[in-house]
This record gives sequence, C-alpha cells and structure tokens, in this order.
Amino acid sequence: MSELASESSAQGAGARGHRTSEVAPRNARHVVVVGYGMAGSRLAEEIRRRDRAGERVSVTVIGEEPHAAYNRVLLSSVVAGTMTAESTRLHDEDWAQAHGIDLRLGVSVTAIDREARTVALSDGGELSYDALVLATGSRAWVPPTEGLRTDSGALAAGVATFRDLADCAAILDKARPGAPVAVLGGGLLGLEAARGLAGRGSLVTVVHPAGHIMERQLDPAAGAVLAKALAAHGIEFRVGRLAARYMPGDGLKLDDGSHVPADLVVVSAGVRAETTLAASIGLTVEQGIVIDDALRTNDPRIHAIGDCAQHPGTVSGLVQPAWEQAEVLADLLTGENPSSRYRGTPVVTRLKARDVDLAALGEVHTEVDSPDAEVLCLHDPARGRYAKLVLREDRVTGAIVIGAPDAAATITQLYDAKSPAPTDRLALLLGRALPSVGAVASSPADLPASAVVCRCNTVTKGQLVKAWRAGAVEVADLAKATRATTGCGGCGDAVRGIADWLARA
Amino acid sequence: MTQLAAPVVDTHCPYCALQCGMRLTGAQVEPREFPTNRGGLCQKGWTSGSLLTNPARLTSPLVRVNGELRPVSWELTLDYVAGRLAGLRAEHGPDSVAVFGGGGLTNEKSYLLGKFARVALGTSQIDYNGRFCMSSAAAAGMRAFGLDRGMPFPVEDLRKADAVLLVGANPAETMPPFMQHLTSTGLIVVDPRRTPTAEQATLHLKPRPGTDLALALGILHAVVADGHLRHDYIAERTTGFDAAWRIAAAWWPERVERVTGVAASDQRRAAALLAKARKAYILTARGTEQHARGTDMVGAWINLALALGLPGTPGSGYGCLTGQGNGQGGREHGQKADQLPGYRKIDDPAAREHVAGVWGVPPESLPGPGRSAYELLDALGNETGPRALLVFGSNMVVSAPSAGSVVDRLSSLDILVVADFVLSETASMADVVLPVTQWAEESGTMTNLEGRVLLRGKAIDAPDGVRSDLEVLHGLATRLGQPAERFPTDAETVFEELRRASAGGAADYSGVTYDRLRDGEALHWPVPSVDHPGTPRMFLDRFAHPDGRARFAAVDHTGPAEPADAEYPLLATTGRVLQHYQSGAQTRLVPELLDAVPEVFVEIHPDTADRAGLAEGAIARVVSRRGSTLARVRRVASMRTDTVFLPFHFAGEQRANLLTNPALDPTSRMPEFKVCAVRIEEA
Repeated sequence: MSELASESSAQGAGARGHRTSEVAPRNARHVVVVGYGMAGSRLAEEIRRRDRAGERVSVTVIGEEPHAAYNRVLLSSVVAGTMTAESTRLHDEDWAQAHGIDLRLGVSVTAIDREARTVALSDGGELSYDALVLATGSRAWVPPTEGLRTDSGALAAGVATFRDLADCAAILDKARPGAPVAVLGGGLLGLEAARGLAGRGSLVTVVHPAGHIMERQLDPAAGAVLAKALAAHGIEFRVGRLAARYMPGDGLKLDDGSHVPADLVVVSAGVRAETTLAASIGLTVEQGIVIDDALRTNDPRIHAIGDCAQHPGTVSGLVQPAWEQAEVLADLLTGENPSSRYRGTPVVTRLKARDVDLAALGEVHTEVDSPDAEVLCLHDPARGRYAKLVLREDRVTGAIVIGAPDAAATITQLYDAKSPAPTDRLALLLGRALPSVGAVASSPADLPASAVVCRCNTVTKGQLVKAWRAGAVEVADLAKATRATTGCGGCGDAVRGIADWLARA
Repeated sequence: MTQLAAPVVDTHCPYCALQCGMRLTGAQVEPREFPTNRGGLCQKGWTSGSLLTNPARLTSPLVRVNGELRPVSWELTLDYVAGRLAGLRAEHGPDSVAVFGGGGLTNEKSYLLGKFARVALGTSQIDYNGRFCMSSAAAAGMRAFGLDRGMPFPVEDLRKADAVLLVGANPAETMPPFMQHLTSTGLIVVDPRRTPTAEQATLHLKPRPGTDLALALGILHAVVADGHLRHDYIAERTTGFDAAWRIAAAWWPERVERVTGVAASDQRRAAALLAKARKAYILTARGTEQHARGTDMVGAWINLALALGLPGTPGSGYGCLTGQGNGQGGREHGQKADQLPGYRKIDDPAAREHVAGVWGVPPESLPGPGRSAYELLDALGNETGPRALLVFGSNMVVSAPSAGSVVDRLSSLDILVVADFVLSETASMADVVLPVTQWAEESGTMTNLEGRVLLRGKAIDAPDGVRSDLEVLHGLATRLGQPAERFPTDAETVFEELRRASAGGAADYSGVTYDRLRDGEALHWPVPSVDHPGTPRMFLDRFAHPDGRARFAAVDHTGPAEPADAEYPLLATTGRVLQHYQSGAQTRLVPELLDAVPEVFVEIHPDTADRAGLAEGAIARVVSRRGSTLARVRRVASMRTDTVFLPFHFAGEQRANLLTNPALDPTSRMPEFKVCAVRIEEA
C-alpha cells in the first residue's frame, strides 16, 4: 500500500508541478519542504549531498519571500554596513536548477490535508507528499506597547523589527549618523543591532525590561561588564525599564516617565516560532512544533526543523541546531542512515559585535559558592573583563567569558568535546598559559649551561663559554668556533650578550 | 711529502629545497653567500660533508643469497636484475615491473628514470615520494593558476613584505636560513604546535589538527565582513569568487572558532594584518597539504590570497615551500605517474607526440598514467599489482603512511631493487642493493623552491665500486635491449635532451644550459630560449589558464578522515626536527646530528601525559588503528591537550608512520600524514 502511494504521489508532483529537473525517477519519494530559510535551504542541500542525482528523493521547496535564501546570521553585518545584502545570499540564481530541486518562490502554503497528504499553495497549485517538512522559522515578537503598531496592525512609522533583509533595508533607510535610535530589547540580536548602528554613528539607547542585559545567557555581574564595554562604544542603556508609549517623530516614553529620543525604534524583543500552519492541522504545538529525536511531529509523515520546532535538547533561534537537524533529517529522508537521530545541540552564545568579545555556554547562573560545583570567577569591570567557569567532575559545564577571546575559544572546545579541563584552571580562565618559571632568563648569567642558544646548530651556552675562554671573544670568532649565528642568524643578539657578559665578568 | 691541495668547489647543500650555497674543500663544508641562504647554514648543512667519508657508505652491489645481502660484481648484478625484469615482463606484462623515484634526485636522474620506465621497461607503474610531499600544493596551484611553481617569485622578495602568513610551515627547523627572509613585522603562523617558527610570529593561530580549511574560510569571511575584499582585482583577474563566497559565508569566525579552537578575534586580526599590508604573502607547506583533503585545503588558502589580491601582484603573492632538495624539478620531468617531461600531461596526445619524438619512439608505445605513490605501494605483490620494484632515492619503509603495511607489500614482491648510497631501511629489505654516487660526487641540476635551476657540479671522486644512477639506468637499459645512446651517462648530455623534451611545456628548460648556469645566471623557469632571461616573477600580466584568470575553488570544510573518538581520543600529527632530514637515512649516520636528537619522541601536554601516567622521559606507546610506535615522552605545556606530535625520521618501532592514515586526497593522491586518531599509554 505505501509503495503504491509513494509511486502515485511522485507522479503527481511531476505532473502538477513545474519541474526544474527531469532527473527524479518514478520511484523517488517526494519531500515537500515548507520554508526556504536557513533550515529549509540547508535540508535541501543535505539531501542532495546524499542523493546527488535525485534517485531516492525528489524535493520541492516552497519559499514565501521572492528571492534566494540568505544567511540571517549576517544581518547584523549588513546593519553594521560591513556587508551587502547580496553577500548574505546562500544560493546563486541557478542553485535549484543545478541541484534538481523544484523551488517555488513567492508562494505560501494555504492548507495541508494530512489524510490525502497534499499541500495547497497560494498560487492555486497543489502538491502531494510522501514526507512534509515544516521549516517555517519564527517571526519577530512586537510587545503591545502603545503606538508601535497602527490601527491596522502594521508597524508605525519609524518602527522596524530586525528579522529579515527587508527589515535591514528599513533600518538602514532611517538610521543616520548623529540621529537617535532606540533598540527595544537587550538580548543577543538587539545588542548586535545596537553595536552595528553605533558603529555607523547613530546615537543608540537600548531599553531592556529585565534587570540586566542578556539575562538568559549572563549573570548580573557579567551583564554589567558587557553593558560597560558597549557603553565605551557610545551605547546607552535603560535596564529594568519597559517602554510605555511610542510617539512617532519623538521617541519612547518609558514606564518611569522618562523619555528616550528616537528617530527610529528597532524592536528586538524576542521571536515566536511560526506555528500557525502546524496548529491549524492539529499538530502538537507548545513553544514550537513538538518534535522527537527523528525530527517527527505527532504525524510521522510530517517533520519540523529549525526555529519553528521544539526539541527538548536545544533552544531555538540559533542556526547551529537547525543545521544539525537538517543533517539528521536528510540522513532519514534519503535512507542514507536510518538510525541517525538528533540529540540536541549544546548551545554556545557568541555576540557578533565589533571589538566586544563575549561567549556564554551551559550553566551560567551557578554561583561561586555553589556547594556541588567548582566555580571560578574573575571580575574586572575596569578593563571590561569577566570570566566565569563552572566545572563538574573536571568537565566544563558552563562559562561566561567577556574580553578574553583566547579563553573563550579553549573553553568552548573543552565544553564541546566534554574533555577534562586542564589542571591549571587559572590559565584556562585567562586564556593564555602562564609562562613557566625560569622559561625566560633575564640575563645570560641565569641561563643553564645546557641551554641551546643557537638552535640552527644546536650550540649551547656552555659551548659558547668554553669557546670564549679559549680565546674566541668576538661574535665572529664565536661563530667560527661553534657555528652559532651561522644558520638563520636569529641568535646574534643572544651570542653578543653572552660575549659581553663574559667580558664584564 | 707534499699533498695536492683539495679542490675548492662552489656547490649547494644536499638536503632541502632551499639549496643553500656552500663551498666544498674536499669533504669540508663552508657556507657561502647565495640569495636563498645569505651565507647561513643549519647543522645539517654544516655536517653534510661527513656523509662523503662515512664508514656506512656502500661500495659494492649487494645481492640477497640465502637470506643475506652479499657483495657481487656490478656486471653480474646488473645481468641478474635485467634478466629478472625481462622475465617478469615476458610472463606478466610490462606493468609487472614498477619504479619508485624521489624528490632528491637531480633533474637529469628524474628525467632519465621516467624515460627508462616508459621506454626501457614500457611500464606505466612509476611514481615517486614527492607524491607524499608537494602533490596537494601542486594540484591546487594548477587548479588556481593553471600552472604550479612552488614560489612564483624569488625568495628575497619576502623580505620586503609587511605581512606573511605561513600555514603549516616550520622553516625555523626545516630550512633555518630561510628565516632571514621572514623579517616582516606581520608574521602570522598557522600551526597546531608552538614551533620555533611560531615562537617568532606576531600572531600564532593554533587550529585543531585537520581543521585548517575551516580556518581559511573563517579568515576569508572576516576579510569580506570587515570590508577588506579587493573587488577590482577579483573582477579583473579571477573567476569563481561567488561560489567560493557562498561557502565561506556560512563560516563566520565564531562558528569557525568552535571547530578550530582559533579565537574569532584572532581570525579577524589575521585578516586585518594581511589586508592592511602594502605587500603580503601567503605561504603553505606540508602541515596544511598532507591531508586527505589537502588540495582543497591549499585551495582555501589560495582563495584567501586571491580575495586579498596577492597573486600576480608585484611584491605580493602565494607560494608553497617545497620540501625536498629537488621537490620542484622532480615533479616536472616525468617520474610522476601522470606526467611527461616539461610538466606535460601523459594523456595529452600533443605531449606524447612531442616527447616520443625526442625519445625516438612511436607515441603509441608510451604507456598511459599509472598508479599514484601509495596506491602503487599498496598494490605491490597483489594479484594485479607489480611483482618487481626499482627504488631510487626513497626510503618508503620509514616515510610512507601506514608503514607497517607497506613493509608487508614490499616483502611480497618477487624482486626489490634499491639504489642508494647507504643501507637505508628499505635497502636492507631489498633483494638487490646498488651503491650509487651522492651529491658531491656527481654533476646535475636541481630546481630550488623558487623555480631557479642550479648546477651542482662534481666536487670529489666517488669511492671505488660506486656508480651514478645514470650509469645504473644505462646498464639496465642496454641489457634490456635499448640502444646505448638512448641512455647517456653524462649529466650534461642528459640535460641537453631534457631541454628539448621540456621545450614548449609548462616547465620549459630549453633556454637553460650548463654554461649559463656555470656563469652564475639566475634562471627561473620557464626559460624558453637561450637568450631569454628566465622568469623570476610569474603571473604579473596573466595567469596560465586560457582566459588568463585565476580561479577561486569552491571548497568546504569536512574535517579529518579519522576523527578522534572514545577509543582513540587524541589526534597525532607528524613533522620534522632541525637535525634530521626526511626518513633520516642520511642524517642518522651523522654523529653530531644523532647526538642532538637520537630517537623519536612524542610531545604531549602535561595534563594529557598525567592522565596516561607518563612522566617526562618515560617511554610511551602511541597506538592508532594501523599500528603502534614507541616514543620518549616530552611534556610540552604549549601543546593542545587533544594533540600529540611525533617526528617521523626514525626507524623500526620508532616509526611515526606506523600510525599515519593512508586516506588519500581524491585529486593529488596525497595521504593524510598530518592527522590521525591515537591513544597513548605506558609502554
């Protein structure tokens, strides 16, 4: 029965759809991907990586936006002005053609019939599927602050969300050097936007309702250090405050009655998973579409990945989980590896903001006096540094690192590999191995005789001393006697130093 | 009694591709001024004369009789070898006899060896140890520029650079006098280890072994994101940027940091150092080339160079640091499985016709492409593989990956013939050993790392009983029925023929003559005529592809062929020490060098050593899926905790290559020497 069904559906797709490729054989299973964002586009790539010729799976991708998928991670670079919209594109124009993908742009899904396994499209078309993948992403959440929306529900003049390329265009259109901008929301994306705009010369104020910025990823002390580091780039903060009202052309009035001038308000107050379609067909939806380790919804023919999905092992809103999910799902849909499963992604938060280095991972709210964990903390607000390390059973289980990029890199690798932390915890915390005692001798007298002075010719201090005592008192004579300095010449100063020291002694 | 003073001869060092200028008085070595070494010599060079008088020198052919190698006369030995080869050929076809060359052989030997294989033996089965050395850089350079010359500019140009990015190179140990050219204040070194070279860097990036490609993508990303891209250059001189960028766009520095362990801020700093330099170079070497994705790894670094507008721009560029003495010339003149002299493709009909014409044989008599080095070694003695192997200038028992299985393959041959001047580990396995001349006892040309052709003239007489490789080839070829004049024994005569064979090819030597070299002319190939001044700097007007443009490569990171896992939780990487050269067959015979570094060691982070219970100086057993090595522990605090390092110059149970992974690059057929999964335990 199922074989027959899949055969007819593949034919159906071929007959009804405008095929960009003729490669799909009759018995290929038809996968319909709803959403051509970072998750949906990646899934199509991963499927074709495993099934290059489309022998096992034919793929249709439906994208609501009229243009090629782009890399959302780079939007903050677009706002910062260091990257063009064009350079964020994930695919070239001919990508779908070249990979045998049926790509429908500017089209949305209007209905799904789970019984008939069909999808109805906004252009009147209909597709059958063997497997349906929801990769519908998320949308910006706009708080119910008075004045942010017009009566029709559209964003008011001077208000922009920060979610897609069109938002970037709107922001860049309004943000002018010297003009005031308010950013609503001091989370990761809000701060990246704020840093980008400040870098372009806007006068940025971040309004954040919680007691400190990035409160999910940072403890209060780290939040304060980060705010101070960003303040050095001209960004002002109003934390613990809600916006009460927006007045176009003027700015925001906060809940304490104070006023934040703004020609532009960038709303970055969080996102909500796009689950409308899933809910409408009776799939289980909580914060997102609930999925299991095989990326299945409660309908085993329907999968969900990326921001719209809710998996117990990860948080949404980041690209890494979406890409790892796409790999697992491609394994399953192509039959490449039927035992492949998604077990969650350990999240490492990195702030992409020029000259401000922040990493946060794992348990960040564990305090130094916690009885059951080893916690180290360096708090150096004057120099914009904060480093906190949480270890359990010798493994890194959490960290916050601000202003110590080397430490962040090493700690992240230890966290990902679950490998034991170095015994020198301090060096780990600071990011650079401390010089071992005696490694740097301040004077030739401190060098042991066995120390190699000329590496190119393995000449020790002892040999130089012996040659000097035998009458080779000039560098040239020492070179002749021992060959020191005759390789790369890099030890010339050291040899001269030894000769001088012996002459003085 | 008065003795005649020993003649004084200007020559070049027998070891690496820097080919330092030296002066020989008898067997006494002194450095001399030459652009590559500027009067410097490392300990290997200083002591190289001792090999000329070394008691371990072979002076008689040896033939295995009742399991033992015994001296036999040259005539009998050559008769015996030729007879066996002819017999195998008659019974099993020409491909039953294989030839393995080396990157230390002179241009003349490389050329005549290729001709001997294709004409006298008629076999397609010839390759050389350069496959383990330069092949990934060569393939990537070919793909990007349409032509491969290690450094397409003179070494001295580096001194004027504001920034130099060295990737997987440790010249402070491998070619110390070269460090005199790295005076740039913007020296960036990419190496998982804090090598003596890295110690001198302004910025040292320490990626996890096998993740270089991701690092290159991250730096390229930073170049674009931070506004450093050279748009004009890309538009005028390149193709393929968009496809390469689509991939790099997905590798923002923070993501790269998670894969490589290199801080995102350091990636951005590297990008800025290179971009803000008025003159900058990117140089790669074995560390980033010896991978199962080595061609793509080099391609990623070339992409970075192109994005910054370096190649073909005066005072800037991309190059690779050739390793072996004649690693450059050795890959140009026909000892590679797929090539004919002049860097020609063996499957190109025009190339076959030209070379066959010079050789006086019908083009259709030339065999097609054969197996690459590791594939050749892996096929030895198998049902379809060669039954005889002739080895010139190589010691694969120590230097090949998965060396244990290579020994098995060599043991299963009908006959193994090794030409060498000492009893290397490979020679000691052979059925026949042919004692040959070494560098100062013969004439020949070498092509150094900058594509400059050098004449190494004969300085002293060889001991009695020793013949040159050219004489060996002549002796075998004539016994196999070849006309005597087809295999000359005089190097200059061979070179004259090489000039004609290379004429019109990519590596055109037709304008190089011994007389021009004796006059001290600095001739960088191509030199298409005797009145041509040579080509020190290439690509200034156009690249060698038909459209004149360089090509970006659309390459992505996939990681090492054998990642670490629970059973083998560490990554091993291999490399070199200053005192030894390649398999160590020569340098281990020099007492001063052996005293300095007498045995293999394993560098390991103190924490990692503690967990394995290994004290400083203890003997550790390093185990991979292919074998295990016994090495003395050096606890090094600057090591990554997930990585161990072993030099590969040592023999027997000390061979690092017992561990290494023979996963091959799909294009260059380079094995993955630089990363494999291991565990480490008390021996």
